[in-house]
Amino acid sequence: MNPAVLIASVYVFALAAFLGYQVISRVPPLLHTPLMSATNAISGISLIGSLVLAGAAHYPLGAHILGFVAVTTATINVVGGFGITDRMLKMFGKRKTDAKLAAKEVSR
Amino acid sequence: MNLNTYFMEATYLVASILFILSLKMMSHPETARRGMFLAEGGMFAAIIGTLVGTNIITWTWIIAGLALGSIIGGWMAVTVPMTAMPQRTALSHAFGALAAALVGIGEFVVHASEMGTVTRGALGFEVMLGALTTTGSLIAAGKLQGVIGGKPIQFRGQNAVNLVIFLGMVTSFFYFWAHPEVVVAFYTMLTLAFVFGVMLVIPIGSADMPVVMSLLNSYAGLAAAATGFVLGNNVLIIAGTLDGFSGFILSVLMCKAMNRSITNVLFGGFGSVIAEAATDTGGVMREISLDDAAMQLAFANRVVFVPGYGLATAQAQHAVRELAELLESRGVTVKYAIHPVAGRMPGHMNVLLAEANVPYSSLYEMEQINPEFPSTDVAVVIGANDVVNPDARDNPKSLIAGMPILEVDRAKSVIVLKRGQGRGFSGLENPLFYKPCTTMLYGDAKSSLSHLAQAVQHV
Repeated sequence: MNPAVLIASVYVFALAAFLGYQVISRVPPLLHTPLMSATNAISGISLIGSLVLAGAAHYPLGAHILGFVAVTTATINVVGGFGITDRMLKMFGKRKTDAKLAAKEVSR
Repeated sequence: MNLNTYFMEATYLVASILFILSLKMMSHPETARRGMFLAEGGMFAAIIGTLVGTNIITWTWIIAGLALGSIIGGWMAVTVPMTAMPQRTALSHAFGALAAALVGIGEFVVHASEMGTVTRGALGFEVMLGALTTTGSLIAAGKLQGVIGGKPIQFRGQNAVNLVIFLGMVTSFFYFWAHPEVVVAFYTMLTLAFVFGVMLVIPIGSADMPVVMSLLNSYAGLAAAATGFVLGNNVLIIAGTLDGFSGFILSVLMCKAMNRSITNVLFGGFGSVIAEAATDTGGVMREISLDDAAMQLAFANRVVFVPGYGLATAQAQHAVRELAELLESRGVTVKYAIHPVAGRMPGHMNVLLAEANVPYSSLYEMEQINPEFPSTDVAVVIGANDVVNPDARDNPKSLIAGMPILEVDRAKSVIVLKRGQGRGFSGLENPLFYKPCTTMLYGDAKSSLSHLAQAVQHV
């Protein structure tokens, strides 16, 4: 890795850390479980590294097999993680309509 | 650079922006779900970009991995019950970390000789962190699932053994860094990291799981970020760092909520040496009958439910909501008090109650609800123990002294739903149970609650 790329990477890391701190400290405790599940799904982005390992040219078979396992586990995280996060957030979201219905019933 | 590579980099940029945006939208329950669709879009774009922009020749392994992963992941997404969320999350930390470690090992196998110093350092870091998080998370998942006992596993000289393993791991890391041609150093590091992950988590008791989960979350993210450094891939760095910091923030919050430091959680082995430390308060626990309890609730103005891990084990979230609705229909104001470390992971109680259709507007955080306890007629403690232990506030010698608690003992009366007379997970004596304002209702939380609901109907 040449120095310019390294410095750029460190910049990206530092800015992402700063931004992450700002954004995530605003997430209410109410949503901490979905948050953990969501960030987990997002970090399943290591899938793109796994894809290269599993299928790129000039890699030996051993690397392809490691890549295959990595693609599998990363995909489990992406698909499972987003799926479960959505299931949880759906439960938090439907409230509003319930509350509206209840309010209507009361006013009637 | 050809056109395909530019396209790939563009999708990575889009994905990074969408990921950040989705986490920002996580700050409110109304927007959170839409935010996740953005993140999913970003992920999809990045995957397509990679497949287009990389020189892929073998599709077999890719398609097989994607298909198998989607089937397992999809199956998990649909079937895992909300009560099993902590172990599911621990398992996903293991999967994420394993993927990062495997990519690192693959890179080592293929490119070890041509790597620069910095890349090699990042690679070692990635593999080490990935490996220890994998086994650590598997142990955590095993404990949460009950496959492994929840009690801390400890032995004499444990910290010394751990220190030796840790030093061995770090030494082989530096050796590999300095001498990449010595393949043994790399594999020694890998093996020791796997062992260290196990050793790190076995001495930690179930009650401390919220901190451990958050820490493992953080490690898994940092391992992914290190992968980004190895591959020179910015979207990996960004997504991994976001995940790592999210876990870090959560672990700090969880530690604060227990008034303990991270080192104390990791090396303190909480909940094992405590049996003799418990003082005998000498009082008696007063039992209350179902009918009396129902009477108290039915004629109260304000009721606060305080759920703990017992609510999850008894799967009583629906029963409590039914009782709450009955009370509300009688004009009782019902609120729920949620301690940050109630349950086994951050936000555990919120998710369970949301599953049972409890509106999130009636879930209150500790700071919001504590001033309201003096004007509360009945506080109902459901399977919670340490988070309502007044010793944390009053007894400076207590092992949990200084831990912020839900001050239910300030309520006019307290009903504690408990399985039996035994102590909680930490083994601490809880003086709340002996207070004159407290009465105990023994039995399985779920059946107690539904019987209470029936009794309230007949009041």
